[in-house]
Amino acid sequence: MFEVTMPSLGADMEEGTLIDWLVEVGDSVEKGEAIAEVDTQKSALEIEAWSAGIVRKLLVEPGETVAVGTPIALFSAEDEAAEELPAEQPASTATATASVQADEPPAPEPTVSQTADADAAPTIQTQSQPTGKPGRARVSPAARKLAGERGIDLTGLKGSGPGGAITLADVEQAGEPRASDTPSEMRQAIAATMSRANRDIPHYYLGTQISLQHATIWLESTNATLPMAQRIVMPTLLIKAVALALEKFPEMNGFYVDDGFRQGSGIHVGVAVSLRTGGLVAPAIHDANRLSLERLNQALTDLVARSRGGGLKRAEFADPTITITNLGDQGVDTVFGVIYPPQVALVSFGNIAVRPLVQDGELRALPCVYAGLSADHRVTDGRRGAMFLNKIKSLLQKPEKLARIP
Amino acid sequence: MNQTTVTYREAIKAGLAEALRSDDRVFIMGEDVGRYGGTYAVTMGFLEEFGEARIRDTPLSESGFVGAGIGAAMGGMRPIVEVMTVNFCLLALDQIVNTAATMRHMSGGNFSVPLVIRMATGAGRQLAAQHSHSLEGWLAHIPGIKILTPATVTDGYGMLGAALADPDPVLIFEHVMLYNHKERYDSPEDWQRPVDIEKAAIRREGGDVSLITYGGCLWKALDAAEQLSQEGIQAEVIDLRVLRPLDTRTILDSVVKTNRAVIVEEAWRSGSLSAEIGMQIAERAFYDLDAPIQRVCGAEVPIPYPKHLEDAAVPQVPQILAAVREVMGRHV
Repeated sequence: MFEVTMPSLGADMEEGTLIDWLVEVGDSVEKGEAIAEVDTQKSALEIEAWSAGIVRKLLVEPGETVAVGTPIALFSAEDEAAEELPAEQPASTATATASVQADEPPAPEPTVSQTADADAAPTIQTQSQPTGKPGRARVSPAARKLAGERGIDLTGLKGSGPGGAITLADVEQAGEPRASDTPSEMRQAIAATMSRANRDIPHYYLGTQISLQHATIWLESTNATLPMAQRIVMPTLLIKAVALALEKFPEMNGFYVDDGFRQGSGIHVGVAVSLRTGGLVAPAIHDANRLSLERLNQALTDLVARSRGGGLKRAEFADPTITITNLGDQGVDTVFGVIYPPQVALVSFGNIAVRPLVQDGELRALPCVYAGLSADHRVTDGRRGAMFLNKIKSLLQKPEKLARIP
Repeated sequence: MNQTTVTYREAIKAGLAEALRSDDRVFIMGEDVGRYGGTYAVTMGFLEEFGEARIRDTPLSESGFVGAGIGAAMGGMRPIVEVMTVNFCLLALDQIVNTAATMRHMSGGNFSVPLVIRMATGAGRQLAAQHSHSLEGWLAHIPGIKILTPATVTDGYGMLGAALADPDPVLIFEHVMLYNHKERYDSPEDWQRPVDIEKAAIRREGGDVSLITYGGCLWKALDAAEQLSQEGIQAEVIDLRVLRPLDTRTILDSVVKTNRAVIVEEAWRSGSLSAEIGMQIAERAFYDLDAPIQRVCGAEVPIPYPKHLEDAAVPQVPQILAAVREVMGRHV
C-alpha cells in the first residue's frame, strides 16, 4: 500500500485544488496514466500515477484544496493483498514529508543486525523517527540555513536527501538560473513572484527628491581624467550611495523568512535589468558597499551585458539582499516598485532632469532625481524608511565620500 | 627499497621493550605476562631479557595488582600494568575510578599517578560474552584518566612512550583483532617514532561524509571508504585515537566540511561514546548538518560465541556502506 500525494507542479506551488478524479476505487492504473485533474495557482493540470497499482482509496474530494505533500489517494501494488487498508486518515493536513514519492520503498522497520553472513544484504539499525509537525517541510539544518542566507523559498522544492529531505544540493540547484527559461516561462515566474509579493508583503512607499548638483559636477571633473572606457556613470554613484546607507540600516538588507527578518550576510545589491525579449532579471553585485567606484562601475556594466547576453552565475541570481530599479532612462519621474520576495526593500530611481528647486530661499534649476523606497512593513516602519532614504540623499551630496576606497 | 612487514603485536612489543631499556623505573606486571609470554604473546621473551623483577606475573586479582601499580606509580616507579581484557578490569574499577583517577584531585595536587594500564578489548576471537566486550567508552566517561585506542602500527609503538611520559593515569585499549594486523614499511624509523596522544587523525580525506571511528573498526571504515569511492562517494575517515580527552575540533571541522556524519563503533549503541560524539555534533555543528547523523554500533546483546553470530553482532563493512548511502540519500 502506498500514498499518492499532491505533487508540486511548479516551484511556487503551495497547494492544489482537486477538480476531478479520473479514476475510481478498484481501477488498475498504469505508470504515467492520468489519475486526477488539479487546479494549481496557475492552471489546471493532470496528475499522473508515478507507479502502477490498484486504486484502494480516494482521500480527497473534488473541490477540496490541500497543501503540496498531502496524501490524496492510497494505491496498492498489483500483487498486494487489499485487506491492509489503514484506518481513516485526515486528508486536509500535509504530512511532514513535503513530497512522498509513490514509488519509494516503505521505511525500514527497526531491526537488529542478525545476518548470519557478513556478506549478506546489509541491515542497519534504523530507529523510528518522529513524523514531525504537519506542514513543516523536511529540510536539513544546513539547507535551511543556506536558503535563509540566499533568500531562497523552500516551498515546493523537491528533496533528494534521506526521507525526501531538502538538502544543500537541492537549495543550491534551486538558486540556479534555468537554462530553459523562455519568455513565457519567465512571464509566469514573474507573475507568480509578484502576485506573492503583493499578496504577502504589506508594502509602504516613500519618495523624495534629491539634488544631484554636486554629484554631477564631481562626476564631470573625475571623468575628465579618466579614459572613455572607465568613465563612471551616475547609476554607479546611486548604487554606491544605497549600499553605504544599508550599512547604517541593516534592517532593509535581508530577507523575511520563517515569520521573521533575517539580515543578509553581506550587502548584495540586486540590479533590475530589463531584457530585450521582455521580462527582467535582478542579479546581484556582491558586497557593493566594499567596492571602489571604478570596480562597481565595471561590475554594473558587466552585469547588464551578461544579463542581456546570458552568462549570469548562479550565486548572482541566488542572493541579492535588496533590489534597485532604475527606470530613469525610460523617462519616468517616479517608480513605486514591488519588493522581490523574500527581500524586504526596493529602492527606485526615476529620470535625472534639471528641475526647479528652492535652495537657500532661491529658486534654482538643478539636476534632480526622485528616489523611492518600497519597504516591508512587517520589518520596518515609515520612520526608519524615511531615515534610510535621507541617508541616501545626504550621501549623494558628498560624492567624494562615495569614492572612498573601503 | 626492500619493505618489511610489521604487525601491530610487534609494534607494541617494540614499544614496551624500548620503554624497559630506556627507563629503569619502568616494569610490567599482570596475569601471564612473564612465563606465558602474554595472553596475546606481546611480552614473549621479556622474562628472559629483563628478568623477574621487571616482568612480574601476578595472581588473578585485578583489584590487587592495579592497586599495587597505583602505589608503585605514586612511589616514583613507571609501572605498565596489563589487564587481560577489558571485561576483567571491572574487578579493578574501584582502583581505577576511585583511586587512580582522583588522586591528584584528592591530594590537592600533591600526588599524581603516572600509571599505564594496557588491556585488550573487542570481539572477533570467539571468546564469548565475558571476554569480548568493548567497554572503553564507559571508561572514557571518567575525568582524570586518558583513554587511548591505538589502531595502527605507528600508534601501537608510539602511544606507549607518550603514555609513560604523562603524569596522570593512561589506559591503552588494544583491539584483539588488530594484533595480527600488518603494515609495510621501508625501515623501522618509519614506524618507531614518537606520536602525540591529543589529536584524532584523518586516515583518509574526503568531502562527502565523515566516518568517525577508532580501534578495530578503523580498518573496516577504511575498507568501506575505498568501496564508496567506486560509487563516487568520498568518505573522510577519522581515527579518534584518544577517546578521552576527545578531540572534538577535528571531528567538528570535518563535519563542517562534509555536512554528514556516520559514527562507527563496536560498543553498544545506548549511552555510548558514539552518542556523546553525535551530541557534540548536534550541539556545535547543527546548522552544518545536511542529513541526520547515523551510527553503526554493536547489537545490544552479550557478544555471542558462534562465529556467524559474533560477526553479526558487531559492525561490518556492509552496514557501514548502508549507513553512508542512507545519509547520502542514495536508496539502493
